[in-house]
Amino acid sequence: MGGDDDGAPLAAGGDDVVSAEQVWAVLAEIPDPEIPVISLVDLGVIRDVGVENGTVRVDFTPTFLGCPALEVMRDAMAERIRELGAEPEINLCTDDSWSTDRITPAGRAKLRDSGFAPPSPRTAEGPTLVQLHSNAFRCPYCGSTDTRLENIFGPTPCRSLRYCTSCRQPFEQFKTI
Amino acid sequence: MNEEVQKSLLEIADDELVLGWRDSEWTGIAPLLEEDVAFSSIAQNEIGHARALYELVARDRGTTADELAFDRAPDEYRCARIVELRLPDWEKTIARHYLYEEADAARLGQLKDSDDVEIAGLAAKIDREEAYHRMHAQMWFDRLKGEERFTAALDELRPLLDAGRDDHTPELTELWEEMTMVRRSQPAGTTW
Repeated sequence: MGGDDDGAPLAAGGDDVVSAEQVWAVLAEIPDPEIPVISLVDLGVIRDVGVENGTVRVDFTPTFLGCPALEVMRDAMAERIRELGAEPEINLCTDDSWSTDRITPAGRAKLRDSGFAPPSPRTAEGPTLVQLHSNAFRCPYCGSTDTRLENIFGPTPCRSLRYCTSCRQPFEQFKTI
Repeated sequence: MNEEVQKSLLEIADDELVLGWRDSEWTGIAPLLEEDVAFSSIAQNEIGHARALYELVARDRGTTADELAFDRAPDEYRCARIVELRLPDWEKTIARHYLYEEADAARLGQLKDSDDVEIAGLAAKIDREEAYHRMHAQMWFDRLKGEERFTAALDELRPLLDAGRDDHTPELTELWEEMTMVRRSQPAGTTW
């Protein structure tokens, strides 16, 4: 979004120097520290944004509880909100509200374009071994579903490793959570 | 949150912290590269779960997760003996992994039904991640279930799951020395 570089407060006369929309817009520019092709908004980890009396509250959920990128995300959000002229209040929500089903369609497309297979939708029973060994996973390079599980775990907790027997390319599969 | 609830959350947090350390001992030396990655990742998850659980208890007690994790004496920990053991044998590591994940699933199932919304929510979030640990353990169980060394390891370790949480192994004290060394050496006034 352009046009806001003169710093004129949108809510002139009101209490708040920024609007929630402006906050969402800057959060949408913050890349995931471990998979920088996708933003925090694409990832679906921003639960809520509230603006009150010059303070911007952001509720966000970790993807994985042991994610080492949490502090980096928190600092990046706080910095961008300060740049808007507001005081940040970043809350970490450790409830069960995040699932990979919250990754946006745009985010899924960006993942696929970068060689990460987006997560398959979560079923009521959650992921199972039968599912991981099925042909439900598509190679992000050639589109074949002739892929096999190499390792449930990968370079970060949110990824598994698969191998495409069609184009002989290993690839990273976002885990369904 | 009453005293009993705090105590049971601390049991789980201590289990996950100590097991996380033990699992991380395979980083760099696991018999297969895939398992090096797997146990490192599992360790990271377990310690993440421990942190979230400690934070929940810490808030009620007016302390911090780090203080709960690292400032108690070894005999104040509430972990089960099975997680304390230093296990340099692969079959025992897998046996412990399988037994632990099975027991952990049962207790998480109960926590998910807690009438405390925060506890139930956190348990459900942890369980989403643990599902992958269970699948990993199951794959290894299926691979090794006919091996005598593996079945003997299961028989040897199973009693340590329920052996009580008041007595600990000498290995916990050794781990505690290692785990808290940096924190105990922190010169006054420094911050990390």
